[in-house]
Amino acid sequence: MRVLDVSHLRVEFGTEDGRIFAVKDVSFTLGRGEILALVGESGCGKSTVAMSIPRLLGDSNVTIGGSVRLNGADLSSLNEKEMQAVRGKDISVVFQEPMTSLNPAYTIGNQIAEVIRQHQKLSRQAAKARAIELLELVGIPDAARRLGAFPHELSGGMRQRVMIAIAVACDPQVLIADEPTTALDVTIQAGILDIFRRLRDTLGTSIILITHDLGVVADIADRVAIMYAGRIVELCSAQDVFSLPSHPYTRGLLGALPARAVMQGGRRRLTDIPGFVPPPTTDPDECQFAPRCPRATAECIIRRPALELVAAEHEVACYHPGPGDTP
Amino acid sequence: MTSVPKTTNLSTFGATGSRKSQAQWRRVMRRFLKRPLAVIGLVLVVAFILVAVFGPLLLPDPNKQDFATLLQPPSLAHLLGTDDLGRDVLSRIASGARVSLLAGVLSTTIAMVIGITLGLITGFYRGWFDVVFMRIIDVMLAFPFLIFAVGLAAILGASLTNVIIALGVSQIPEVVRIARGEAMAIREQEFVSGAVADGARDFTIMARYIAPNAASAFIVQATVAIPGAIIGEATLSFLGLGVQPPMASWGIMLTSAQQFLAQAPYLALFPGIAIALTTLGFNLLGDGLRDALDPKEKR
Repeated sequence: MRVLDVSHLRVEFGTEDGRIFAVKDVSFTLGRGEILALVGESGCGKSTVAMSIPRLLGDSNVTIGGSVRLNGADLSSLNEKEMQAVRGKDISVVFQEPMTSLNPAYTIGNQIAEVIRQHQKLSRQAAKARAIELLELVGIPDAARRLGAFPHELSGGMRQRVMIAIAVACDPQVLIADEPTTALDVTIQAGILDIFRRLRDTLGTSIILITHDLGVVADIADRVAIMYAGRIVELCSAQDVFSLPSHPYTRGLLGALPARAVMQGGRRRLTDIPGFVPPPTTDPDECQFAPRCPRATAECIIRRPALELVAAEHEVACYHPGPGDTP
Repeated sequence: MTSVPKTTNLSTFGATGSRKSQAQWRRVMRRFLKRPLAVIGLVLVVAFILVAVFGPLLLPDPNKQDFATLLQPPSLAHLLGTDDLGRDVLSRIASGARVSLLAGVLSTTIAMVIGITLGLITGFYRGWFDVVFMRIIDVMLAFPFLIFAVGLAAILGASLTNVIIALGVSQIPEVVRIARGEAMAIREQEFVSGAVADGARDFTIMARYIAPNAASAFIVQATVAIPGAIIGEATLSFLGLGVQPPMASWGIMLTSAQQFLAQAPYLALFPGIAIALTTLGFNLLGDGLRDALDPKEKR
């Protein structure tokens, strides 16, 4: 069952120096209870994709094309006020920076209850009870007493748990987590990922996880979308990314993982991807990875390859996909 | 509370919410009480408020004239002497304190309520309204505070109510600037983006996210504005644009003392001291609060 259907999403920013093509034609679907990882390096557009779904990109100088459907309903037709009712209720966001994402002036119990009461008609008592329930759900011990804590009294990991509690307070169908573990210690990361897994299992929440950490992907994701220069270049199951990486860029990313090199006997040198990410100011009809690609041929710069199935549930945008270093 | 600094660190863990917010207040209090000048300011302000509230109840009628005791220097019968109509100066100082307190607090309240509301709105929404509105504020700021108040009082006519209105309106531009700056800075913080992502409405963001986090700036501004308004009231009354005789005001007392500077200098001295101590008290209190509330000076 599809919960979210993003098709031909384009996001452009108008700046004084011209247009920035941040997202160029991105399509994907998200099933109920599915965890989709959006993976790519800084600037590839993964956060922009995620933030454009609940329309959180700010108002000025942004052009969003394509459509975002939530259970079949087109979100782009909603006005700002209707969108406010969707945010936090149907689609929630967990941000990267837990240290600054909570209101320092109120207790966490107050902030959780606020979101609940914003979207649901609940009494103060009921909202408070629900807040305790939520804190327990995200693994905060002694939840009833913690309600009265101010954000500055909690550690980063605790605050991220509170952020997640707020995000899931109204049982959203889609949870967007923008690098939720990047600012946290590795030990805390595992705990946070556990919460996401539990949410998926108990509430059936669909999750879009933005990350550049392939370890996180291996740990929790069902499907992966690898992004490069504003496009999805490979879309497949989490297993396939590691066992059958087909796009040269995906293969490059994996080749740069130290842990993988160790697993393969520890004798392999880490590989790098030569060259640089193209500037986002143009959108030429060619494979934008071609200048850095070991397999590039003349064909690659004549027409842009579209996403095509190479195996079941495995799409790649490349004329020369497949394992191995040369075509 | 024996090992004071440690309580702060330990309160980071455990303990319930209300106790924690109390701990937060206690920390602010402790930082405040550590500054002797701030404590002096607090004492002066409390003394001023006590005199203003209870003085007129305990002292003789400030308008009672006694032609047997004209221009008496300070004595046991009249601690601060009597004026040219034989009225008790101490009673008049206390009665004037009440006028000063009313003018200072009410005009500042007017300025804070209107100024904060307008400042938060314009700083939150920006856009063309902000551009136009802030130019109007700039024009208002171009006039010195007292000149603006004098002009307004002259238009409105002389009475205590009009003095309060004139002083309140004159203080609005400054408050708007501060509130706008706070709104612009706080709206860029992550927890505001978080609130937007949770579906919070604009009003909620202004009332619950921006205003409380700017509260310390507003508190400090109020402690600066009140003495300004007290001096403003004295000035307007001194010029005859404020409180009208026979009502006692420190400004009026200074006006009538002018004629007797040679014979009875204390008539000018005591209201002058009252004004100086009160404004000094509020300024010291404001400085102390600013330091104590400054989050950058943790512990």
